[in-house]
Amino acid sequence: MNVNDSMTSIRQDVSADFLPDFRNLGVLARVLIGVNALVLGAALLVSSDLTQATERFLRSATLAEPLLVAAVIALFALSVPLARLPYWAGCAAVIALVVALAGLVHAGLLWLLGEPPSDLRRTLVLSGLAAACLLAYFRLLARAYSPALAEARLQALQARIRPHFLFNSLNAVLSLIRKDPRRAERTLEDLSDLFRTLMSDARQFVRLADEIALLERYAAIEQLRLGERLRITWELDGAPSDALLPPLVLQPLLENAVYHGVEPGTGAGDVLVHIERRGDRVLARIENPRVEEPNHRAGNRMALANIRERLALFFDAEARIETSTPADRYRVEIEMPYRVARRSPREAA
Amino acid sequence: MTLRIFIADDETPARERMKELLGDIAADVPTAVVGEARDGLATLDAVPGSGAQVLLLDIQMPGMGGLEVARHLMALEQPPTIIFVTAHDRHAVEAFELNALDYLLKPVRAERLAAALKKAAGGAAPNREQLARAAASAREYLSIAERNRIVLVPIRDIVFLRAEQKYVTLRTREREHLLEEALVSLEKEFAERFVRIHRNCLVARAAIRGFERSLDGEEASWLVELDGIEERLPVSRRQWPIVRELVNDKS
Repeated sequence: MNVNDSMTSIRQDVSADFLPDFRNLGVLARVLIGVNALVLGAALLVSSDLTQATERFLRSATLAEPLLVAAVIALFALSVPLARLPYWAGCAAVIALVVALAGLVHAGLLWLLGEPPSDLRRTLVLSGLAAACLLAYFRLLARAYSPALAEARLQALQARIRPHFLFNSLNAVLSLIRKDPRRAERTLEDLSDLFRTLMSDARQFVRLADEIALLERYAAIEQLRLGERLRITWELDGAPSDALLPPLVLQPLLENAVYHGVEPGTGAGDVLVHIERRGDRVLARIENPRVEEPNHRAGNRMALANIRERLALFFDAEARIETSTPADRYRVEIEMPYRVARRSPREAA
Repeated sequence: MTLRIFIADDETPARERMKELLGDIAADVPTAVVGEARDGLATLDAVPGSGAQVLLLDIQMPGMGGLEVARHLMALEQPPTIIFVTAHDRHAVEAFELNALDYLLKPVRAERLAAALKKAAGGAAPNREQLARAAASAREYLSIAERNRIVLVPIRDIVFLRAEQKYVTLRTREREHLLEEALVSLEKEFAERFVRIHRNCLVARAAIRGFERSLDGEEASWLVELDGIEERLPVSRRQWPIVRELVNDKS
């Protein structure tokens, strides 16, 4: 399998504006908080004291909250077709949708309460304005994490592999050339695959199957060096090979496990790689023995911070990474949403 | 004359390659490999009896790193000449340069290896000061040479170190050893672990159980009570304020 081919599974045009992903938890949270902040702000502006403001806020809420819930559900449901529209058409569609929903909610409340909750035209204009405000906010947010900036951050974050790994691998290959030239060849092939990924486009998602192939290539190189000291258990039966994830999220964790859990130990070290799908989440767990390192080798936390930041750039608040130390083991767990490519690369281009 | 070589490296392929290279340069520098080891402690075990003249010593090994291994080997009457080997440790390389220690970079080249061995054949083992300065951290053990053997005492087992005329006595709960090191440099290296209670004595902070007032003699003075050892050690008047601080911290 060629790692490089399948890396192009989806390619986002990062230079254009995008509607926010209305299925993203972070986006939804921002919409909920944003609208309530707007309503509260409006209430404060027209009131003379806090009591009055609270009263006004609560009165507005009878209209605003049902509208908000309806809008969030509608946007969640329609996020795919909306995302296909050109940016400005998408914005217009979102505003139109919100205004239409405002009309419906107004009519519904009129029917329920027997009296209009507020002036209809005012309601329509205000809800349209609120939707526009939030869209503008998301655009600014996207600009702040501007494509160029995010791209630079991603590239900078990705290109960190320990130089020691390169030297160790080259030394291992050198020691093989005379005795086992075929194995030396294979090791150089593995090494080139690893470095091809390292130097690849950091903005693209990769398929889990490819990241796993990369783990195996990395493991083969380390195995050569460490021999029977490195024992890896692979639990990949439940791993969804089509899941998408940022490149090089798991490999650095396995590298950490070898570097901190196997290399400093005099005996054999057991490393566990466990990946599974649980509903709409993908779980990955990597474990290694805890070895006391008198002259503790740094770098572990940096790798974790790096991966955490990249997960955030790709998944916002929907991914998490946690470490724990059960018994004499060190465990890193990643949880991320199960995403698959929705469109082929041809369509997306 | 054939040079007797010992190879210490935790990675089997690395040791194999070193042997290949030694074979390549045999016409120029005839050598015989008298031993191999794959971690620091095993190296310390095997080198003294091996008759090795030159030790090719990887600095990053499990158990105990090469630099500490070298420091313990210097306790031997006739320590081997040491050539350090490292792949990527920039700090170690700087330290080697600064302290005039011989080293080779991995991947090792045949001609460099030959040059280093020729130099080693005529040279002496590095001295303790050179190695101590090059080491980035304190040792995990202290070592005592016994005939052709190196006995290691883990630092955490040491209860106190006391300077006698020529030696330093090292006391654990079970035993006593004689060290050929200066108390001053031990105090500096292990400042976090030991406190000076007297001009001639360092005590492990963790081993101090309490203090006892002693009234013999014309002046009152203080004695340190120790964990697991009957003997009481006198605190000098000059050190008493520092030691008392420690007690206050503890309680």
